[in-house]
Order: sequence, then C-alpha cells, then structure tokens
Amino acid sequence: MKPSKLYVVPVQLSDDSVLDPLLTYLAHAFRLETEILWKEIDLAKAYDAKRHQYYSSTILAQIVSNPPADAFRMLGVTGVDIYIPVLTYLFGEAQFKGLGALISTYRLRSEFYEQPPDAQLFHERLLKEAVHELGHTYGLVHCNYPGCVMNSSTYIEDVDEKMVSFCRACAKIIGEGGIE
Amino acid sequence: MDKENIGILVVDDEFSVRDSLYKWFMSDGFRTDTAESADAAMVKLREQTWDIILLDIKMPGMDGIEFNRHIRGIDKDIIVIIMTAYSSVDTAVQALKDGAFDYVSKPVDPDDLTHIIRNALEKRRLARENIQLKQQIEDLSMPDDIVGTSPQMRRVLEMVATVAKTDATVMIRGESGTGKELVARAIHSNSNRRYAPIISVNCGAFTETLLESELFGHEKGAFTGASARRRGKIERADKGTIFFDEIGNITSKMQMDLLRVIETKQFTRLGGEKPIEVDFRIISATNRDLEEGVAAGEFREDLYFRLNVFTIDIAPLRERTEDIPLLADYFVQKYAQSMTRGVKGISADAMKMLEAYDWPGNARELRNVIERAIVLCSGDEITARDLSFPFRYRMKQPGGDTLEEVEKSHVTRILERADWNISHAATVLGIDRTTLYSKIKKYGLSKQS
Repeated sequence: MKPSKLYVVPVQLSDDSVLDPLLTYLAHAFRLETEILWKEIDLAKAYDAKRHQYYSSTILAQIVSNPPADAFRMLGVTGVDIYIPVLTYLFGEAQFKGLGALISTYRLRSEFYEQPPDAQLFHERLLKEAVHELGHTYGLVHCNYPGCVMNSSTYIEDVDEKMVSFCRACAKIIGEGGIE
Repeated sequence: MDKENIGILVVDDEFSVRDSLYKWFMSDGFRTDTAESADAAMVKLREQTWDIILLDIKMPGMDGIEFNRHIRGIDKDIIVIIMTAYSSVDTAVQALKDGAFDYVSKPVDPDDLTHIIRNALEKRRLARENIQLKQQIEDLSMPDDIVGTSPQMRRVLEMVATVAKTDATVMIRGESGTGKELVARAIHSNSNRRYAPIISVNCGAFTETLLESELFGHEKGAFTGASARRRGKIERADKGTIFFDEIGNITSKMQMDLLRVIETKQFTRLGGEKPIEVDFRIISATNRDLEEGVAAGEFREDLYFRLNVFTIDIAPLRERTEDIPLLADYFVQKYAQSMTRGVKGISADAMKMLEAYDWPGNARELRNVIERAIVLCSGDEITARDLSFPFRYRMKQPGGDTLEEVEKSHVTRILERADWNISHAATVLGIDRTTLYSKIKKYGLSKQS
C-alpha cells in the first residue's frame, strides 16, 4: 500500500473539537487524505518533574512508532506544555524530512498570555503551527519571505504576524513533494 | 550570506542538547554538526570551516573554557557562544574575557537563542565587510593611474583591455619603476574577477621559508612561532587574482611548489593535511630576462610557459620621452592636491630638465622627484631649482654616438646651465676659458642655439 494519508494523533487534548477544522485545512493545504488516529501515548515517559513540562522528542518518538502502512505523515496535537532540554519551551517539533511532527496547543491560547479567550485566534494559531511543522517534514527550512507560514516564530506575536499559507517558493516545494 | 553557507557546530557532552540544537538549526537552514567533546570538535574544526560554535562549559576532558582558548588560537574569526547552567555564570564570564562572543544559560528561551545567533551573524557580516572595505580602500589608494600617450603605452593599454577579458596568465616585463603592478591591477579591475581581491606578493622580499608560509599559510604549530592558523596569500586570492612581483627571484623549490598549485589548483597549508581548492588568475612580473634564466637552467621551463601565456612589455621612460610631461603634470596635480599645496604646474626650464634626464628609476623616480619638488616649491610653479635627483643627473645621450657629438651636446648643456657665463662653465667642465672658446667656435655654438 502506497503511503498517502496524513494521520493526526491527539495526545491529551482537552478539546477535540479543534481537530475537525484542522483536518479539513491540512487536507486542502497538503492535498492529502487526513484521518484521526487514536493512539496510546505514555506521557509519563516524557514528563520532567522539575520543569513541569513534557519532552517533545519522547512524545514524537511514540507518535511515529509502528505507523499505519498508509501513513505518509503523522502529526501529534497535544494540550501539554512541551520542551526540548536546551530550550525553555516549544510550539512544536518536527522530524526534518521525516515522518512526524508534534504541536502543542498549550501556549497558543490567549488565556496563557492573560488575554480574554479568542477561539478564532486560537484556531488560526493552531493551523499555522500545524502547517509550519509539517512543512519541515517536507524539508522546508525557515523562510524569510514576509508572512510565509515557514517564518521562524519564537514568540506568539511571531505566530500571529505570519499567514497560514506558504509563500510561492515554499508552496512549489510542497507541490513537488518536498526537498529530496 | 545564505544560511546554508553558515556553519554552526554544537559542542556538548549531553546528547539531548546536541540533538535538539542540531534539529533547531537544521530547520533554520544552517549547515549544522555536533561534537560530544573538545577532542571530537577539534577533528571537525580541522575538516571544515565553522562560523559559529555553541560550546558547553562543563564537559569531561577538556572543558569549554580551555577549548575556547584553543579555538581562539586556531581561528580567531570563529564566533564562540558559551552555553552554561545558571550555577556556572562566573565561568561563562571568564570565557567572555577570553574572547567568547556571548553566553546563554540553559535552558535557553527560544527567542534569546534566535537573537544571539542573529547578533553573531551580524558581527560576522560586519567583520567580513570590514575586510572588504579595507581591500577597497587599498584599491582606491592605488598608487597611480597609467598615464601616457606614447605609441608604446597605447599598445600596453590595448593589451590590458584585450587580456583582461580572458583568464590567461600574464607576464609583465619591464625595468624597475615602470609600473608593472599598475598594469596588473588594471588587468584585474577590468576582468570578471574584479569583485574578488588582487593579492600582491613581492617574491624578492622573502626568504624561501617565509615566502612558503606567506603563500600557503600555515596551521597552528606548523613551526616555532606559528601560534595560530594563518591563511596564506594563495588562499586569500581565491576567485581573484594573485600578482607575483619579481617572479624571477624564487628558488627552484618554490618554482616546483608553485607549478604544482597552478596545475592542480590545490594546495595544503604548512603543517596541514587537507588539500584546499583555489581558483585564481596569475599575473607575474619580472625585471629580469627570464628566457635567459630558462636557458641557464635557473628557471623551470614548464613554469615559465605556464606563467607566460600572454606577455606585456613596458618600455622604460627614457624611450618614451613624450610621456614625461604628461606624467609630470599628473603627479603635480595628484600631490599638490594631497599635500594641499598651491602648486599648479612646472616651469619651462624645469620641464626641459625633466625631459632631458634619462630616468633610470623610470616613472617611480619621476614621481618621487615631483613629490620632493612640491615640498620645496615656494611659488605656484615648480622651477629647475626645486628639482633634485636621487641619482646623479644624467642626460639622455642625444644626437649621436661619436665623441664629437657627445662633446658638443655636453658643452652646450653646461653653457646653458651656467647661463653662458664662460668662466663658470669652464670651471664646471674642468677646462680653461680659452679651450672653451675654441670649442664654442668649433661647434658653432651661440647663446640662441
């Protein structure tokens, strides 16, 4: 069976309703069939008690283990706060030119920044981060073209500034199936 | 500079740190690699060029502080960013004192890391821009322009225009001071390589060992006193032009080494192992007859033919007298302006003297004479009194070759210089007044002539 499907794996997500619009958009953006995959992920293995955070690489490794035969890409979406040891936090992590990516909704909600809830803004941020991390799995690196979803974003303001779509050059690479 | 051309090396004994930073910089588009210890990093440093090193302080074996000092010794242009735990900030400060660019405390805020890398790249860009600007200033303060309308100089300029468009090696021949380097620079600045540097090497100014190190550079510790890695002139001329002045002076070993570089377009730094590829054009210059050197077995024939695809001969100044007034005026304008003196020109008698001199030191000597004259000149015109010559004043041999012709010309010149004061001229000539009168009669000389 030829791998052709993008699987979205929810990991301790408090609100599953965010998944439907996400799947619809990703299917459109990457021209892939999308499906939710419920999978057992042992978050305790990723938890760091000192930091009160979860090591994203440990979660991602579990997401991509034993993938379905038709899995072309695997995207984990988690509600917990993720990190890699050298950085204080992450919005997401991807396997460069690889199978999987992981995004966290923890720092995408306005409430985290002591702002009133904004569902629309949250959905936009979620889509941007999902598209961005999946872009890395196609071999895309951070792009400086103003507004391109592949712009590097270390603060939430950076996420808000960029668009949800690729610039023409990045879109061309995605259309061609990524960088070999 | 494209990010893929910027190399970042992460040195940390913790796998998770190496792995996460590797991924972070990879997805940012940088050329990235990691090393788990100072020893492993040292190997990577020898294999490739790195722009930024992120260095952990606490590592088994050689720690980050010590390794930072080693890096500075190997290549002081590498930007080192120290990574430290909160508890070791004091040591990080020590690393800063030893030349590290900045430090970050682990774990790092992603935005801080982005900013530090951005600042490091900005520093790198400015350092490179600084080097380029220095080179440009050197080019701008290029000694002089090529001046001359004589048929010989027109031919030289035509050849410069023709050969500049090609990548052929050029040999420029001419006496000392004729402007061989100016011609080499003119070829370079009209060629496709003009945006890369032209690097000059005076082959006569170094001993064999020094020239070797000057040309090929060396690794740290290659010999006593080689306290840091140094890029040689050949490496610095990559994509540009290398100008070998006085090429006839190099030893037979250097001739062989140079031939190898020309043929393979590769070399290794002294004490190094890795061959470095280079792409340059060679222009060489000589004031010796190299063909004679080849015939005598002093200069390798194969190297001679490699260097001498295209030859440009520059005639000595005494053979193109019509260029003297032009050159003299050019130097007056140039130095009067740079020395902020009000000198505007050269008097007729001074110009006559300049034209009559045989200029053994060629245009360079003329330049020095004018420069000195501008310092001495009190009016707005250089006069004969302001002129002084480094060599004894020698006139070009005018007229012909017979003893009588030479005598007539010499007596005429001395009489003119003495303003036809017979007693004075006779004293200068070392003859009595009666003998001088008889010579004036014999040669039909008069004050008007």
